[in-house]
Amino acid sequence: MVDSWSLAKKQRALELRARILQELRNFFIARGYLEIETPCLIPAPAPEFHIDTMVCHGWFLHPSPELCMKRLLAAGYDKIFQICRCFRQHERGARHLPEFTMLEWYRRDADYRELMEECEDLILHLAAALDHGNAICYQGQIIHLQKPWERITVHAAFEKYAALSVEEALVGDCFDEGLTARVEPNLGKEQPTFLYDYPLALGSLARAKKEDASVVERFELYMAGMELANAFTELTDAEEQRRRFVKEEDKRRRAGKPPYPVPEPFLESLQGLEESAGIALGLDRLVMIFADVLHIDDVVAFPPETL
Amino acid sequence: MYAASDLKKNLRIKIDNEPYILTEFNFVKPGKGQALYRCKLKNMISGAQFERTFRSVDVFEPADLQEKKMQYLYEQDGKYCFMDNESYEQILLTAEQVGDARNYLIENIEAEVLLFEDRPLGVTIANFMDLVVTKADPWAKGDSVSGNTKPVTVETGYVLQVPPFIEEGEKIRVDTRTGEYLTRVKD
Repeated sequence: MVDSWSLAKKQRALELRARILQELRNFFIARGYLEIETPCLIPAPAPEFHIDTMVCHGWFLHPSPELCMKRLLAAGYDKIFQICRCFRQHERGARHLPEFTMLEWYRRDADYRELMEECEDLILHLAAALDHGNAICYQGQIIHLQKPWERITVHAAFEKYAALSVEEALVGDCFDEGLTARVEPNLGKEQPTFLYDYPLALGSLARAKKEDASVVERFELYMAGMELANAFTELTDAEEQRRRFVKEEDKRRRAGKPPYPVPEPFLESLQGLEESAGIALGLDRLVMIFADVLHIDDVVAFPPETL
Repeated sequence: MYAASDLKKNLRIKIDNEPYILTEFNFVKPGKGQALYRCKLKNMISGAQFERTFRSVDVFEPADLQEKKMQYLYEQDGKYCFMDNESYEQILLTAEQVGDARNYLIENIEAEVLLFEDRPLGVTIANFMDLVVTKADPWAKGDSVSGNTKPVTVETGYVLQVPPFIEEGEKIRVDTRTGEYLTRVKD
């Protein structure tokens, strides 16, 4: 009785979720993308200091399918996408589930700017398919979707909203606090925002910008202050990628985190990778925007605490 | 000791020898960034509130508080009277000290009164309370879409959202932690 009531309340959100999944597939298939499935259970995740994985029989539940997706890219698959469950330990909050759904897509012969345009097209496609037209109302606020959306660099956003420079934030060890408390709430309010060009240290798998090697070609998409997607122009230099992995893994171990093996097949495959770009979008949060709800629990049938 | 990942709403921790309760708790984590725990803390004695953001490496001392079983007797002039079940001693709590529990207080129910060095700080009651609906709009037949709600008033004066089929005089079970309707109760 208790269960049926709390689940019945979610019916509309779950119906919307199913429609969004269907429309995402329609969008990518129409654009010539191939839907891919890669294993959730992997022997070696990408070492990232702030992402804790879950261990399962000595292997790891993938925190993202990126390594396998990039191996497929390197092998000549031009356009691929995947919708899958990802797992991240200790991540639980109004916008976080330890098991969540990710949409990732990858393209050869493209950089992060082209992915920004594809994000615009994707959200516009969903809005039209769900009868929203060119605007979405989220928590009483109208978000206009006409292209092009706002693009602002991390540097400019810190100057504008946090009243301090990125360098000051990094030296003062308060980048994440500044970003979440002062910058993010201002992004994607009247239209979606692309926050782009991150400091080199904050994009372990992203390519450095040609014109300015102190930043990497990475962006995050925001709607209503909520981070929806993270994208890179992919780093294709195998040696540079190995150096960054070693550095990141070293940082992890010094902090007492469990060691990860080096993902050798991935590093080897990079030698065959030409210019390409990839993006990961949190599906649950996308549904939150369209369902106009504040809590991620409202768009999944079973949050972990209810199991 | 608590780790940052143990933090949650209503957790009580000690800072500078005073008890604090987390009145708001938000887990935030920028993409590729570190986990941050943005909290609102309330001093359980002075009521003073402030915001603080913690990191995953931070640790916290639990607040050493005592919980005593007492019986709720009555309310008068905004004060709530409780009686110690062993000593029969009576104490008065303010509406603020009673907090949300006042939405569910009916005479003679058992409650746990929270004490910090003999000072009452708050009240906890059973997780589930059965309350009589004293005011409800009639059920418009045909309004059977699952997920629809309507407001009703229960015997304590508390107003909450329930499914449309609930009618005046019925008893409903309420989750006192969330304030939400759970199920209809048949006597």
